[in-house]
Amino acid sequence: MASISELEPLFRFFMRFYRGQRYSHTPNTPLSKPLPECNIALITTAGFYINGQHPYVNEDCSYREIPNTIQTHELKIGHKSVAYDKTDTKTDANLVFPLDRFRELESEGKIGSLNHRHFSFMGSISKPKRLITETAPEVAQMLRSDGVDVAFITPV
Amino acid sequence: MSITLLEAITQKVKPPRALLVPYRFGHPLGEPNNPQLQHAIIAETLALFDDDRTPPILKHSIHIGEQHG
Repeated sequence: MASISELEPLFRFFMRFYRGQRYSHTPNTPLSKPLPECNIALITTAGFYINGQHPYVNEDCSYREIPNTIQTHELKIGHKSVAYDKTDTKTDANLVFPLDRFRELESEGKIGSLNHRHFSFMGSISKPKRLITETAPEVAQMLRSDGVDVAFITPV
Repeated sequence: MSITLLEAITQKVKPPRALLVPYRFGHPLGEPNNPQLQHAIIAETLALFDDDRTPPILKHSIHIGEQHG
């Protein structure tokens, strides 16, 4: 299991005093239709980007739109954190962004469809104000306008 | 819905549905090039929609005792 104790001393020190965001309310979000009829989008914090997009910078609260037509081996890893080992992600992007697995579920009829676009953020943001007030709501609005029923999120 | 690696952070954020998996950072789907395991984790996460409890729902993966990743 992931544990703060596996991090380098500098990151352990940071996490010891990092309060993070605390929420008191969770929206009740029942499915309005069966999964085989749902449109699903994937969201990762792995810091992926593709050819033609800018790589990430430190404390980057922006996002990258990942077209559903992308092949997973085309995804570039732009995560700036050195707090975790990215070797296995380079081997198989599905480890943090399971697009091929969801394509298989789609072909088997276990989900309705994959959205025409997915999104990547970069995690390890210590100053998330712009993420909370601007960029994450932008993505949520785009998912709503796309008619997405399920957002499947994979933090790293 | 979300897969999560850190229970303490998830309890602060309170997403509607989250599956806590027993893997190290950078490994929310367990292992690279292991489609069977990755599918099992996805299925367990999607099954949270069948949980009748009121969100936030945080479930420990059935793989919780295993030492992957």
